[in-house]
Amino acid sequence: MFWTVTSSLLEGFGKTFEIFALTLIFSLPLGLIMSFGSMSKFSPVKYLTKLIVWVIRGTPLMLQLIVIFYGPGLIGTWAAGFTADNALTQWLCSFGWFNGIIDWMATWESFDRFTAVIVSFVINYSCYFSEIYRGGIESIPKGQYEAGQVLGMTKTQTFFKVVLLQVIKRIIPPMSNEIITLVKDTSLARTISVYEIIWSGQLFIKSDGLLWPLLYTGIFYLVFNGLLTILFGKLEKKLDYFKS
Amino acid sequence: MAILEVTDLKKSFGKTKVLKGISLSLEEGQVMSIIGSSGSGKTTLLRCINFLETADSGRIMVDGDVIFDGEDKTKHKAKETREKQLKIGLVFQQFNLFPQYNVLDNVTLAVKLKAKERADYKQNKKQILKEIDDKALKLLSDMGLGDKVDSYPCQLSGGQQQRVSIARAMALEPKILFFDEPTSALDPELTGEILKVIRELAEKNMTMVIVTHEMNFAREVSDYIVFMDDGVIAEEGRAEDVINNPKTERLQAFLSKISD
Ligand SMILES: Nc1ncnc2c1ncn2[C@@H]1O[C@H](COP(=O)(O)OP(=O)(O)OP(=O)(O)O)[C@@H](O)[C@H]1O
Ligand SMILES: [Mg+2]
Repeated sequence: MFWTVTSSLLEGFGKTFEIFALTLIFSLPLGLIMSFGSMSKFSPVKYLTKLIVWVIRGTPLMLQLIVIFYGPGLIGTWAAGFTADNALTQWLCSFGWFNGIIDWMATWESFDRFTAVIVSFVINYSCYFSEIYRGGIESIPKGQYEAGQVLGMTKTQTFFKVVLLQVIKRIIPPMSNEIITLVKDTSLARTISVYEIIWSGQLFIKSDGLLWPLLYTGIFYLVFNGLLTILFGKLEKKLDYFKS
Repeated sequence: MAILEVTDLKKSFGKTKVLKGISLSLEEGQVMSIIGSSGSGKTTLLRCINFLETADSGRIMVDGDVIFDGEDKTKHKAKETREKQLKIGLVFQQFNLFPQYNVLDNVTLAVKLKAKERADYKQNKKQILKEIDDKALKLLSDMGLGDKVDSYPCQLSGGQQQRVSIARAMALEPKILFFDEPTSALDPELTGEILKVIRELAEKNMTMVIVTHEMNFAREVSDYIVFMDDGVIAEEGRAEDVINNPKTERLQAFLSKISD
């Protein structure tokens, strides 16, 4: 039985890992772009980014998951059955662009479950990462940028050759926190029936009346997070050679 | 012809007028010291000349080229500004070394990035990089840092860090080197080594502008001294004259306060 459970849980963990890895791959760079947005000198971009970050960080990931999964389909159905039945909508319908938008929205369909998970996780984690990046970037002394400028380096060169590694060094601790949280957050995917490890464990309650497989999933999380902790520790050590 | 010529430079921060019309000129190979009490605008003047601040009006010429003209309202390309920037170098009070690079890489980073713009970079890459390293090593050993090239800034004393930052500025071969209180972040016993390096540069006829509170050093090393007070040049002249025979009351007051 133990091996049956283990292999079944491993399969579930595969999905867990997939969510984890895909979320990181997309949200790490997207978060950096968003952090530039939130530091932009162009205020519409700045405030739009801040608004998005506020909404995403201010609402539960579970809710975002549900909205992303059901939202587009619901809007699609609504738009397909849209009729102008009052003065306001009739007035709006006299504009071509309005009809265009309605027609376009009528084509919206739900994401498949897995895509919905990845989309909502990427949006959510990009926002958290963007704040960490912003904190890191803003904590670099102005003198570093000025030294780069005085030495005739371009802004891009100064950022990538001088600032970035210092930022990375500073953000490793908060990043590792967030990434370990991500590992655990992947279990939220079961809300919309994506078969990750918790789901796999729970199945044994129904099929065989066994509770321990569900508890056993905890070991998988512990081991994986243990490995991540070691990895981050190594990374921190690696950047220990300089102080900034 | 003067290598540096600043004409009627003005700069305000909001309502505070910090530079109220500064004019000065400096011949090639000469050393100018700028003295003056705290808040008189010395740092602001250096920052305006080095493009870290934009002056409101006036003109700055370096080596025959206008590098800043307050009348000229056209937007300049970043690349153009960088070219002009490279004619001058600035040594910061707080060194601002790059902590993640060792001493040699701190000195060569900007030079190597600049070399990438050379047309023959691809063909002669190895040789170009080697030349840059060799030159940097020579500079560093001239400054007594020959055995520190592999160290990181955090492993160096303040005086050593400041010498690295001087080498870093020199590596780009600026026409003029500016110093903003290069010793004031250092323990008193370390200031000597920096002053020695600057003295050696002066002997090699490096054109320099030094903001300093070290009056004896200013008198000894510089050809010309400018005394700034409240955003204007209150007195200027040959080094010995200015320090030994101050004419204005303000400079007399400043000097007696300093020597206390
Ligand atoms: N970025 C800024 N914004 C507003 N005010 C500034 C700024 N930089 C400098 N000032 C003001 O300009 C005045 C001159 O400052 P500056 O740093 O040029 O003086 P300084 O002569 O270098 O003084 P110190 O000897 O203390 O270094 C000060 O009153 C300072 O408060
Ligand atoms: Mg100053």
